[in-house]
Amino acid sequence: MIAIGEVFEKRRKWWDNLEKARKKVAQSEQKRITAYERIASICDDGKFREMDKGLQSQDPLHFPGYAEKRKELEKRTHLKEAVVTGIGKIGQKKTAIGVFDTRFLMGSLGAAAGEKIVRLTERAEKEKLPLVIISASGGARMQEGLFSLMQMAKTVSAIERFQLNGGLFISFLTNPTTGGVSASFANRGDIILAEPKALICFAGPRVIRQTIGEELPQGFQRAEFLQEHGMIDAIVPGKELRETLIKLLQMHDTRMRGLQ
Amino acid sequence: MNAYETVLTARSVGRNKMDYYIDTFFSDFFELHGDRLYRDDPAVIGGIAMFHGIPVTIIGHRKGRSVEENIACNFGMASPEGYRKAVRLMKQAEKFKRPVITFVDTPGAYPGVEAESNGQSNAIAQSIACMCSLKVPVISIITGEGNSGGALALAVADSVWMLEHAVYSILSPEGFASILWKDPSLTEKACGLMKMTATELLQAGLIDGMIKEDDTFEKEFDRALYEKIKQLQKKKPELLVKERYLKFRRMDGLYDE
Repeated sequence: MIAIGEVFEKRRKWWDNLEKARKKVAQSEQKRITAYERIASICDDGKFREMDKGLQSQDPLHFPGYAEKRKELEKRTHLKEAVVTGIGKIGQKKTAIGVFDTRFLMGSLGAAAGEKIVRLTERAEKEKLPLVIISASGGARMQEGLFSLMQMAKTVSAIERFQLNGGLFISFLTNPTTGGVSASFANRGDIILAEPKALICFAGPRVIRQTIGEELPQGFQRAEFLQEHGMIDAIVPGKELRETLIKLLQMHDTRMRGLQ
Repeated sequence: MNAYETVLTARSVGRNKMDYYIDTFFSDFFELHGDRLYRDDPAVIGGIAMFHGIPVTIIGHRKGRSVEENIACNFGMASPEGYRKAVRLMKQAEKFKRPVITFVDTPGAYPGVEAESNGQSNAIAQSIACMCSLKVPVISIITGEGNSGGALALAVADSVWMLEHAVYSILSPEGFASILWKDPSLTEKACGLMKMTATELLQAGLIDGMIKEDDTFEKEFDRALYEKIKQLQKKKPELLVKERYLKFRRMDGLYDE
């Protein structure tokens, strides 16, 4: 076993610097932690191999302006989709990892993003790997209509099958995790963790305010509120995620059950 | 009828509601209340009934037919308790090997403070998960409007059908226009682009059947439902679950086999 707490100092500092740098950037889009930064923050140095990097939306509704918008985003962010998936090592434990990136259409769950999550889950099932998904998403992708909504069924089906076969799924919810992502796989974790203050909800605060016509309670729909209401297991700051994952993954290692 | 007109038809006050389907196609309906956790959500009705001599579990959104009824059942906008009741009844159906038939007619899951505090996301996700692994036949019929995750939560089925003038979409067209263009008055434009009518969705392979709303409706619906249940009951539970999985897996054409 790795002695937890000893080897993390360097990464914690890196994370602090990253957050500091982000706060200084003016453009809100660039303020957010990117998928690759998240991956670097949790994986052993250099231990991540991306899957389905080229997979992208087929524009199933031929929605006006959608192809151009994606092309422009691809140029700016070097992402082809809203989620990055692959196999990495976390504390030497081979793990299937998916991370959403809000720079790409608010991390929305289009068909290709859903497909990447499902392929990752199916691979985890086949190779008996634990699954970690870091969500950050506005929900369904409007430009793909019902094709997007169906991703909720597709991803939950895959995760359900994976879990029924004994697979461990740790879901980490970051700011924001809302709508169709919150109401599908992200809420199906065997263990659900959330980043401090993250907005996590089905309907957004604006919609609710319009519906009920009054002010919302303090801290409503934030991670702390969800923990208080029994909806998540624990709140974990981004910089402590790696050590938390290492601990949890070790405790779920089948060799640790003391049955031999 | 264009998409916008279909939306208006699907929502119209005079359109058949859940009680019509229960009374017309089933007998001996016995309502089962509550989620056993917190309360009974009137926006979702569920129970056991007989269908051509077969005991079935029926679950559906309830909108009500008068203003008083609309208010009493929150216009068919379910709370987490409604979805948790649905899950309870589906698990019960599985235990007693009853087919499950769901009727979808909802503007969406309820966006309220209490619904969010009680875990609306979690309840919807749980209902979807329950439906994809259910070891009995499941048939879903979109009868009016089926909007967003609140509709999908009761529509992960072996066969998903839509009535001819029903609509099924990612979000209400008003919400869609508001999110994409920040202008809810562009609803009509949204309807034209969203592909939400039965004809469009059948063509796209996102639903399995469409039921004509003409003079033959009652007879045809009854026949189709009976035949489908009989056909699905012949399959082994494992095969049902596997085929349901593959149906949603392949739906968008991205599956690499």
